[in-house]
Parts: sequence; C-alpha cells; structure tokens
Amino acid sequence: MSVLEMKGITKSFGSVKVLESVDLRLESGEVLALLGENGAGKSTLMKILTGVYSADAGEIRLDGQPVSIHQIQDSRALGIEIMHQELSLFQNLSIAENFLIGHEAAYRTGPGLIDYRKLHRDVAKALLRVGLQRPTSTPVSALGVGEQQLVEIARAIQSKVRFLIMDEPTAALTEVETARLFDLIRQLRADGVGIIYISHRMEELYQIADKVEILRDGKFIGTRSMAGADERELIRMMVGRDVDERYPRRDPVPGEMLLELKGLTTHRVRNIHLNVRAGEVVGLGGLMGSGRTEVARAIAGVDRIRGGEMRFRGQPRMFRSPGEASAAGVAFVTEDRKREGLILSFSVRENLALPTLDQRKRGGLVHRARERAFANDMVHRLRIKVANAEQAVGSLSGGNQQKVVLGKWLAHNPDLLILDEPTRGVDVGAKQEIYQLINEMKAEGKGILMISSDLPELLGMCDRVYVMYQGTTQGEVKGESLNEEDFMTLATGGEL
Amino acid sequence: MSMNQPELNAVTKVPLKQMLRVNLRTYSMIIALFAIWILFTATTNGIFLTPRNLSNLFEQSAETAILAVGAVLVIVAAQIDLSVGSLAGLTGGVATICQVWLKMNAVESIVIALVLGVLLGLFQGWWVAYQNVPAFIVTLGGMLVFRGIVIGLTNGQSISPLRDGYVAIGESYVPPMVGIVLAVLAILGYAYFLIRRRQTRRNFGFAVRPIASDVVLFIVIAVVIGVFVYVMNAYQGIPIPIFIVLLLALLFSFIAAKTRFGRSIYAIGGNLEAARMSGIPIRGRILSVFALSGLMAAICGIVLTARLDAGTVDAGTNFELNAIAACVIGGTSLMGGVGSVTGAVIGAMVMGSIDDGMSLMNAAPFWQYVVKGLILIVAVWIDIQSKRRQAA
Repeated sequence: MSVLEMKGITKSFGSVKVLESVDLRLESGEVLALLGENGAGKSTLMKILTGVYSADAGEIRLDGQPVSIHQIQDSRALGIEIMHQELSLFQNLSIAENFLIGHEAAYRTGPGLIDYRKLHRDVAKALLRVGLQRPTSTPVSALGVGEQQLVEIARAIQSKVRFLIMDEPTAALTEVETARLFDLIRQLRADGVGIIYISHRMEELYQIADKVEILRDGKFIGTRSMAGADERELIRMMVGRDVDERYPRRDPVPGEMLLELKGLTTHRVRNIHLNVRAGEVVGLGGLMGSGRTEVARAIAGVDRIRGGEMRFRGQPRMFRSPGEASAAGVAFVTEDRKREGLILSFSVRENLALPTLDQRKRGGLVHRARERAFANDMVHRLRIKVANAEQAVGSLSGGNQQKVVLGKWLAHNPDLLILDEPTRGVDVGAKQEIYQLINEMKAEGKGILMISSDLPELLGMCDRVYVMYQGTTQGEVKGESLNEEDFMTLATGGEL
Repeated sequence: MSMNQPELNAVTKVPLKQMLRVNLRTYSMIIALFAIWILFTATTNGIFLTPRNLSNLFEQSAETAILAVGAVLVIVAAQIDLSVGSLAGLTGGVATICQVWLKMNAVESIVIALVLGVLLGLFQGWWVAYQNVPAFIVTLGGMLVFRGIVIGLTNGQSISPLRDGYVAIGESYVPPMVGIVLAVLAILGYAYFLIRRRQTRRNFGFAVRPIASDVVLFIVIAVVIGVFVYVMNAYQGIPIPIFIVLLLALLFSFIAAKTRFGRSIYAIGGNLEAARMSGIPIRGRILSVFALSGLMAAICGIVLTARLDAGTVDAGTNFELNAIAACVIGGTSLMGGVGSVTGAVIGAMVMGSIDDGMSLMNAAPFWQYVVKGLILIVAVWIDIQSKRRQAA
C-alpha cells in the first residue's frame, strides 16, 4: 500500500502559466479519473509526473518521501508507467521488438546482444494477460487500432508497474475492446496498481473510476468520489458554467435528396446503400474497422469507386479527387486532424483559407486582406480560442484545432458535409459548440453525414443512423429503433 | 492556455510582436552576411569592400543564386532536385552548340535552351508526380543522364567563341544612368506598395501599423537600394547577371507569397495529405515545380556559358549542392513547407562572399570547402536552437 502525491505543482511555458499549484493524490489499488477540458493541464501534469517536463515549483512524494523525477527513466524506476493518448508504437517493428525498446538491459546476454527467446516468451505472456491472440513476431503495422492499444497496455504493465497513467485509452476502441480493457483495469486495481485514468467519456468514468479530480485552466478545482457524483456538477466544475442538454438534437426538415448510394463498392467496402437529404443529420456507425471512414472516402473522391451507383442531387456522379468533390459541394471533414486536416506549419488564417482560395482571388492571386477579414470572421463565428488568426495552428488545443478544420469546410458553403469523428479528443465545452454548429448547418438546409465511435453522441445527434458491419451497410436505425440495443444488434452482424 | 473570446482589438498588439520576431529571424542572415563582410574587410585591408570586388562577388554568386531561387520552391514542396547543375551544363552547352556549330543567333539559342530546360524539368516532374518515383532518385538519375549527354554532344571539347549579344548576358553591365533610373523606380514602387497596404488595411478595418514603423522601413529599403546602385555604379554599373537575379528573386517571391500556386506549394510541403483533402491538385503542382526548376537551370546555364564565353563539359558541376546549401542557409527546411526566396538569395551571397573573401586572403582553395561546409552546419544549428527556444 503506497501513496503517490503531487503538491503545489506549477509550470509555465514562456509567459503562459499552464499549471498553478496543482495537487494530486493517488493510492495503490485505486482508479483516479482526471477530468478537464483540453488545455486544462492534464497532459502537462502527467508529463511532469513521468519526467518529460520539470515543474517550476512543487514536489512529488512517494509514501511521504520526496522523490526527484527529471527524466522518464526516473519515473520508470519508481514504477510509474504511462500509456499515451496517441499510439507510441513503432509501426515498422514487430510486437516483441516494441517491447524491447526501452528495456534492452533486461534482455542483454552480452555486449550489444539480445536474448530474443526470453523476449518472445515474456511478450507472449504479456499478450496473454491482455487477451491479444497474435504471434509476438507480428509487425505492429498489421494490427488494427484496438489491437495496437492492447499492445500498448501490455507493454505498460509488463514491467513492475505500481502506478499507471492511461490517457484516453478508449478513444479508438470498440465496445467489446473497451469492456475487455475495463476488466483489465479492474484486475490491475485488484493487484494493487494505482491508476490515473484520463477520458472525456463520462459514462466510462462511472464504470471504472473510484475518485475523480477536476482541473480547469491549469488550476485544481476539486475531487469527488465517483460513486454518487452528479454528472452535471462535474461538467460544471470542468467547464466553469452550466452546459444544457448534452445532445441538442433539432427536428429535421428533410428537403431534396442530396446523396444516394446504391450498392457502392470500393476495394475496402461493398454494397453500400444509404441516402442523405438536405436538412437532416444522418449517422454512419459501426465498430472500429467496419468501413465507416472508407465509405466517406469513396464519397469524397479519395478512394476510387469500383462498383454500384452514386447519385448526387439526383445525377449520377463519381468524384475522382477531393478537389472535384469539393467543387461539387461535398466537404469531407477528416478524422485525423493532424494527418489529413491541418497544415501545422500554417497559421490559423492560412489553414482556414486553404480550400476556398478561389473565392477571394483577384486575378489568380491570394488576397491577403480579404483572407484576414474572412479568417477573423470565422474565428469569431466558431468561437475558436486564439489570440488572433495569425497564430500557428499547432499551438491550439485539440478542440480548437477541430474547429479550424470544420471552419475551413464551412467557408466553402457545401451542400453535403461529411463529418468523420468531429468530436474525437475534444473537451465537453467545445463538443457542445460543435453540436451547435451541426444544428446550425442542419437548419440552413445542408445535408450532414456524421461518423462517430461515441455511440450516445451518434444516437443523440443524428436523425437516423446507418449501421455498418464488416464493410457493408447492415441496416438502419431510426425512430423507435434509434437506441443502443438495436444499434449493437446490427453492428455485431445481427438483424432487426 | 485557454483564452477568452477573440478580442478584435487584441489584433493590434500581438502581430507587431510576431512581426518583429519573424523579421529578426529573416534579418539574422543579413546580419551574418554583414558580419562576414566586416571580417573580410578587416583581413584584406579593405580590398573586400571596394566596388570592384563587390561587383565581382555579386557576379560570381549569381549562378548559385539563380538555381537557389528555383530550388526554394522544390524544397518547400518537400521535393529535391539534384539535377540542376548537370541541367545547367546541358542547356548552356546546347545554347553554345546552337551558336557555334549550327550558326544560330543569340536569341534563337537562348529560346532553345530555355525550352529544353522546361521540357527536361517536366520529364523529371512526370516521373515524380505521376509515377511516384522519389525525387531524390529521379533527379540523381537526371544528374547523371544530363551530364552524360553533355559529354556525348561536345565530345569533351569546349565550344567557343560565342556571339557577342550572348556573351553580353554574362559580361556586361547596366549603364550607370539606367541603374539610377531603375533605383528611383524601385524606391517609388516600394513607397506605392507601402501606401497601398496601409489603405487596404484601413478599408478592411484592421489596425494599421504606426506610421513611424512604415517610414523607418521605407528609409531602410531606400538606403539599401541607393547604396547598392551607387556602389555598383562606382565600378561599371550593375552586372547583368545580378540584374537577372534581382528580377527572378522578385518574381519568385511574388509567386511564393502572393499566388494561389505559391500557397499550395507551401501547403503540399507542410502536409501532403491535408493538402490533397483540401482539393489541391498535387500532381500538377509538383510537375510545375520541376518545370520551373528546369527553367531556372537553363537560365543559369545561359548566364554561366555567357560569362565564360564558352561551353564546357564540366560547366555547372556541383552547382546543385551549392544551390541546396544556399536555400538551407537561408532558412529553407528540407522537411518542406518552410522557406523563402529572399533567404535563398542571401544564402547564395553568404557562400559567394566566403569564396571571394578567402581567395582575396590568398587562403588555399581547400579552405573554402571546409569553411562553407561548417557554415552550412552552423546555420542550421542556429535555426534549430532558436526554434527550440521559441517552443520552450
């Protein structure tokens, strides 16, 4: 039984105070949820605990004794491990080799030599523990996102871990994988491991956490016992104000038929049937890997369509490039904002302006002043939190980055908007604002096709939802059947 | 980190600070250049700063600068073009063959060389953009192929004499009076640009920068232009190659900063996938970048052969490396997405100054390589350090 404490932790980057006298207390055999909006300082706090950053002031104590943690090895030596939000596996190496990195000393048989037999034996054991049935020599790139997450967990808990930090571990997991993860967490807790669990999904916290600590704007707001904690109170503590309905769905006013897919087939998905009308929000759900994003890519001209029919505004159309799709009025807000959505070396203004350079041109030239006016306007309209539109987009929090990605497509005034995971990694306040935006667009008569892994969100925001299973549309839930049970029945291959 | 609602009046304050920081980074290279000049002036008893030497120095930097201007766009697009040295040799060689063996006049041979440069640039661009062969490989191949063709065409001889009109491109000067007129026009043009910018900002309701800062900026630029023309005129006038560099630098700066084409090149280099998703025609853009690079190689080849008054087998050897080094010294990132044409020209001048100053000091030629190599490493190191300090 030991206790890990952080006291009075303060940290500034330049002139910006990111953490201000923050405390944290974690006992072994306990799951502590760390709750706060993006930019509240959770990640920075965890980086200080693991030695990535040094605190400007404050101390860390283990069982009452001050400890000094200045680099990752220091925290490792104390049995503190972290699982990062973004997967930190080496895609080009095998599962076993990924375990080796950082633990070479344990498998040394001579100068520069590695005991691969012992490694594979240990890794196999670790994989067994998390329930991943894959040979230890499998390249990580051959694993799905969920499986990679399990590898990450297995890697974190293989060493003598006493305290484990999990940063949004379920962001990319299916329900089944999440359930398995929770079993694992309970088992670790029973083994006496203290766990810090960071997530934006409230439901999960009630399932798994014992206590919750709330941060806001780098300050410690309070802790609560999770059992009996009032969700509205927690959200209020986190956001600093009341947030009304969680999913402010509006009644649809369906207009003309915008998009129809009849038996659409690509190299990744087959026989897709769906349609979207103007003025409605249509969901596209299913388990991870069921082909949701691939459908969106086919519609938006990223992947080539190999069979079936696609109609846009009643006309047979197939877009050969994202440029062609956007010219026709289809905007695709991609899932991975760092990889496909933003140009990190650009300012907010330049990112916002990118798809719509044509609209402000003057003789083929970029009109700087018009662009600035446009960007200021967008920043204001989407309530993007920046000092000004010239700020580098990379310095923004996840929620604000997502708003920039949305903004660049809204500027295009598309008829059909495809949103792929529009709220992933986005905090509660920003989520609400994105929901409001979706509703505004719906009211303006745009058609919206929304993909989300967050089931309550999908069912809460969409008028009807198509459910995918193994690369095809398995069915549709709407009206009475717009509920989790019916959704899961379809998503796992059943019939309604 | 979270800030409140974007306050529009906050726009006044922060951009100024940001401007200053950006300017400091751009100007740090200019400061370094002046430092190098002062050093050489001291070590050469002032010979370095004489109009005659400065004129020579600029002229010798011109070829690297022309290639560097083209290379900026290539590198910003996260590509690389290793073939420009050989291509300059080939296009220059073809121009001389046209004149000496085929008895064409200067204009015809120039047009042929330029067209050839663009076509070979397109050829390489096609392999990169449409066949997905990495640019490094394509242009490494191009470098060998083009050099081979030069050797084959010329049978290893040097080709001369060239036509007078052609040689003038490399060896003559803008007459002093014309130089003064151009300087006055440039200064007036800049004043017009500043006034227009203030007007546009006012029209859009943005905060206008304090008039004093624009006045200071104007005076600095006007003095630089004035001094430059005065010094060049003190010898024989602005060398034509320098004049070409200035025109090209102006044109390419404009393309990079002001056109949709330029913006999309930066986007492609910054994040290829995001650029694709934003509807930018990636392949066409990359093809164009290589075509432009080929064009610049041809211009360089013409200036080079004109200055030497001969076509030679090894003309332009290693020029591509000098051009890439000039870009990098001038702040262009080999990762793509970041870089400026002005920086590349200054980088070319840094390299030229080192060559020139060290030969004035009678240092053995090998030292030029050693010093230039170290400067390249140190320049990038300084850049990385300053970025790290900014991030922390």
